[in-house]
Amino acid sequence: MKQDNAIRLSLLGLAMSAVTALAVITTFILKEGVPVIFRYGLGAFLFGTEWKPTAEPPIFGVFAMIAGSFAVTAGALAIGVPVGLGSAIFLSEFAPKKVAIVLKPALELLAGIPSVVFGFMGMLVLLPFIRVHLGGPGASVLGGSAILGIMILPTVISISVDALRSVPRSYREGSFALGATGWQTTWRVTLPAARGGLVAAVILGMGRAVGETMAVIMVTGNTVQIPHSPLSPVRTLTSNIALEMSYASGEHREALFATGVILFVIIMALNTVANTVARLGKRA
Amino acid sequence: MLEARNLKLWYGDFRALNGVSMSITPRAITAIIGPSGCGKSTLLRCFNRMNDLVEGSRVEGEILFEGQNIYGRRFDMTGLRKRVGMVFQRPNPFPLTVFDNVAYGPRIHGLASGDELRETVKKALQATLLWDELGDKLDAPALSLSAEQQQRLCISRLVAVAPDVLLMDEPCSALDPMATQNIEELMLELKKRYTIVIVTHNMQQAARVSDFTGFMLLGDLVEFGETQQVFTAPRDRRTEEYITGRYG
Repeated sequence: MKQDNAIRLSLLGLAMSAVTALAVITTFILKEGVPVIFRYGLGAFLFGTEWKPTAEPPIFGVFAMIAGSFAVTAGALAIGVPVGLGSAIFLSEFAPKKVAIVLKPALELLAGIPSVVFGFMGMLVLLPFIRVHLGGPGASVLGGSAILGIMILPTVISISVDALRSVPRSYREGSFALGATGWQTTWRVTLPAARGGLVAAVILGMGRAVGETMAVIMVTGNTVQIPHSPLSPVRTLTSNIALEMSYASGEHREALFATGVILFVIIMALNTVANTVARLGKRA
Repeated sequence: MLEARNLKLWYGDFRALNGVSMSITPRAITAIIGPSGCGKSTLLRCFNRMNDLVEGSRVEGEILFEGQNIYGRRFDMTGLRKRVGMVFQRPNPFPLTVFDNVAYGPRIHGLASGDELRETVKKALQATLLWDELGDKLDAPALSLSAEQQQRLCISRLVAVAPDVLLMDEPCSALDPMATQNIEELMLELKKRYTIVIVTHNMQQAARVSDFTGFMLLGDLVEFGETQQVFTAPRDRRTEEYITGRYG
């Protein structure tokens, strides 16, 4: 009994450490980042299109970076979601057991590849391809989208597969017993029944795309501008922080934290939506 | 109408059916009884080839449906399951509305749409006496219904594709006694138009509703005949032991 209590207390301590880390990080980012936003003006900070942190006086407008993150993420979803959902449907509904046994671990391995390696492959293979065959400088929204589209696959696929596998077998049997084909069953019964989990998969993939930094820096060119075509170079919110933090000081440093605050809000919102949708899906 | 000839089935190395032969009479209720694991559900699932979904299952022998072997190489599978419908042990309506559940079959087979579809759904719900209860709740989620209503809905779902045969795999095992009685009455009503095969572990149920009864034990069809005869004058000693409650 005594031993039990000791174990429980130490486990509680361990569990609390993760929560504490979250609390510390949140407080720190907010404390460093929020004051400058209000000093500078929320509107001017969010919707200003110029970012000149070293000018006199400095200009901090992150709109181009918000647009950049949005463009790259949207592109990543356009590539990653169809491929990811398709793979998940194949793995869970159609793949023979032997194939699934090989494919699933292979996809999980994809999640283990460091993001710098994705960036490296992008620089060496993808960007020259874009430059030669499609035009522009190569480093671009398209480059970032393609690399991120691949990087979100493990997230999208594994959560989608879980969602599809949690659909009761009896639904599928009911459909087959009415003479439905495999595809009719998937399209009309299994996918609607799993939709909560599938939406959550997409949103968490989106969160991963918004948050990714290293690979994105390597393939998007990092020019501060609102992208006017898929071939224009852009800078994302995450890139902005990573690129400038090493030499920033004073208000510039605070403005980078403020960029972090915006990211933080976006990711929190995405996670909340994902959780809500998954929960509603389960109840329906 | 349906006839099994020397039907054998294996799940991997396990032989679940040892050469079963039985003939199903049209517009009558045939009950298959026997202790758990005797192969009665397996046999039922052969009639619409649902066992095909089980990995590692293998079938020998044949089942004739209107003279054609459904395990033959050139047999139209989706056509078979449209004409030989199945009701499961636990009600399994889709997580859709009442209407969409019943409309599912007609939609996938392209049988009806628009007003015609609404008429089909209405008739299918009337056939299971659900229309009076649910006629104005067609948009309600099917999973919000009571267990009995769900099972009736599953039967309506089959009726909507106008099958010839209804296979019922212990359709009342998840229901309370009142609901069971209601479903049994429904079965007697349905047999005027459909051929019904029911698997049940409930001997009283078989005795109450069926016209023919088969008794299975360890993968063998031990005895098959008119229900009256099987229950009052069984020919096989094992049948007698089972129906008098000596095992099972």
